[in-house]
Amino acid sequence: MSATGSETTTDRPIEHPRVGLFVTCLADIYRPNVGLAAVALLEKVGCSVEVPQTQTCCGQPSYNNGDLAGAARTARNTIEAFEDFDYVVVPSGSCAGMLHDYPRLFESEPGWQQRARAMAGKTHELISFLTDVRGLDAVDASFARAVTYHDSCHGLRALGIKEQPRRLLASVGGLELRELNDSEICCGFGGTFCVKYPEISGRMVADKADAIAATGAKVVLGGDLGCLLNIAGRLGREGGGVSVYHVAEVLAGMADVPGLGDPPGSGGRSR
Amino acid sequence: MESLSHAFKERSVHALKDETLQVALNRAKDGFAVKRAKAVEGLPEFDALRDRAVAIKNHTLENLDHYLERYADAVERNGGKVHWASSAEDARRIVVEICRAAGAKMITKGKSMVGEEVGVNGALEGAGFEVVETDLGEYIIQLAHEPPSHIIVPAVHKTRGQIADLFHENHQKYGLTRKLSEVPEMVNEARQVLRSKYLEADVGITGANFLIAESGTSVIVTNEGNGDLTCSLPRVHIVTAGIEKVVPTAEDATTLLRLLARSATGQDLTTYTTFSTGPKRADDTDGPEEYHVVLVDSGRSTMLADQFREMLRCIRCGACMNHCPVYGAIGGHAYGWVYPGPMGSVLTPLSVGLKEAGNLPNACTLNGHCAEVCPVRIPLPDLLRTLRHREYQLKLGLKPLRWGLAAWVWFTSHPRIYRLGTRVQARMLATLAGRKGRFTRMPLAGGWFKGGRDLPAPQGETFMAVWTRRRKERGQ
Repeated sequence: MSATGSETTTDRPIEHPRVGLFVTCLADIYRPNVGLAAVALLEKVGCSVEVPQTQTCCGQPSYNNGDLAGAARTARNTIEAFEDFDYVVVPSGSCAGMLHDYPRLFESEPGWQQRARAMAGKTHELISFLTDVRGLDAVDASFARAVTYHDSCHGLRALGIKEQPRRLLASVGGLELRELNDSEICCGFGGTFCVKYPEISGRMVADKADAIAATGAKVVLGGDLGCLLNIAGRLGREGGGVSVYHVAEVLAGMADVPGLGDPPGSGGRSR
Repeated sequence: MESLSHAFKERSVHALKDETLQVALNRAKDGFAVKRAKAVEGLPEFDALRDRAVAIKNHTLENLDHYLERYADAVERNGGKVHWASSAEDARRIVVEICRAAGAKMITKGKSMVGEEVGVNGALEGAGFEVVETDLGEYIIQLAHEPPSHIIVPAVHKTRGQIADLFHENHQKYGLTRKLSEVPEMVNEARQVLRSKYLEADVGITGANFLIAESGTSVIVTNEGNGDLTCSLPRVHIVTAGIEKVVPTAEDATTLLRLLARSATGQDLTTYTTFSTGPKRADDTDGPEEYHVVLVDSGRSTMLADQFREMLRCIRCGACMNHCPVYGAIGGHAYGWVYPGPMGSVLTPLSVGLKEAGNLPNACTLNGHCAEVCPVRIPLPDLLRTLRHREYQLKLGLKPLRWGLAAWVWFTSHPRIYRLGTRVQARMLATLAGRKGRFTRMPLAGGWFKGGRDLPAPQGETFMAVWTRRRKERGQ
């Protein structure tokens, strides 16, 4: 990441940090359970969690479609809502990466750039925050299923998230992780890409579904709801009975609800 | 070469439905990526080499005028002639003039992407010369009258069966009438045909992987040895190269060579690395009598001056397309111009215009795999995003997308209205989806479903609503 500022608070561990949860628009609308799981996990590692009511979207749709002024407008809203926390935690590598890119939006506004940089320096993706900042290496949850894991591209390449979720999943009771062939290959979501080029996107997610099927696991986990909605959408269309959860739901022992796109009331499988 | 990039969408859909192409793409899939990964693993200093390469390229680009002059002086000192082509048209004219002046009939060519870029073959054939590509892949697509679909493996889109048919059709005139099926047989037959062309050729045209400023040397890498024969057998040797190919010293060129083949094919080095420095000297036993270098600008100096300078570091290894899932799904021809994949999605709009090629920078998920493997660390996703910004500023993109974005920005910067709107949306979608838990279609969201997927329904309540209710219950 190019723009993580220097004003990071990670070098001085805080016993009970005040954490602002940036829940992301997708989790807010589609999967509140991810937000609740994030809160539960953050509280377990001693954080006091707050959810600013003025938060909306991270601004990626504008940023990645070339509307930098629009992205800056959304970014100002996020900065105002979150800059006073010790940490900003996001259950998405993609949106956390966007917050890290905020300083780029303010090349001609030094005051805002300074604020953007300060906030970027204390912004973390949820799972890596738990392991790398709070030192968590095991969770108290069980999920007696064979699962596979998709590495979402932005978390993987912009934030270096690869081993952290696996480390925590290894401590989940009864869980068997079956590595996905091509787990580092994009699922074809890509934000607006998936609707601008649906045929190409559709081929990519069909390939991903094939790789998932090859593992024999009936559960797919990942750390980004955009990718997970795409994958769940394809798996649902194929009707192969594979459920999709955000990794935080499993780690928090809260995968006791239907997976993404599963019929309501079809039940979850954790303890 | 004329651009078909405006038709990217149609061409990509067509490519996805082309079963033969999909067979060829699937066969090529992963091959190069796996080989590259092994080669990188075997060279612990790979990342340090990349840093060194970036430094060499940046330094050269910062002083490009100086090194180009040095290179040109050295070429002239060695008895060669340097021609400056500011446009593709200039380059075509210059090459045709050299061939005319040499009284040439037959011209052999080593693989040259800049040659494809400026359209050398068409110009030469139009002027009445016979032109024969000698790189096996280029030879195949020349027979098929197609442009390359990959910058290092130009015929990667062809299956073995298609190549056998092409040879059967085109080699009968040489008395080679047997229909072949095995790869070594086909390679041998092509070799047999090409061998006579080398001996007949009056002019040999090659590209250049590097131009060494200190000595006036041009360097090409091949796996077939065709480059050697193209530059040493004919009377006249013409090198066509982009101005960004120059490096200060032989030492610098070897640093880049160590990265090039590893990034491209996973080889430590290509089978042949050919250095050519001027025409035959008095005591040389062979070599061309005339040595020409055509240095092509064609938009490069504009790139040097704006925010796309980093793109000029590109050494044309093809690693970005070998790791691009979009390229892997649709192949190179869908992109519609000479350079496909991530590097092509930057270069094409800069060369043929954003109006023509605006789809290319957008047809990318910004997954970052290309930048991760680029030997000279070009931030390809950032450059693609910059092109999208330029497109947005020029108002070239789709109007509904602009309106949608403007509405979303307004919505996201009015949190109260946003809260209310998202609550209604989540509730409504969950209700509409009912017992199924997902949608199989939805008005105004056709794009999502066109991708062959359902849309999972929201759980019903937004997180913010759950959170607020909970806080009230807890009395906070």
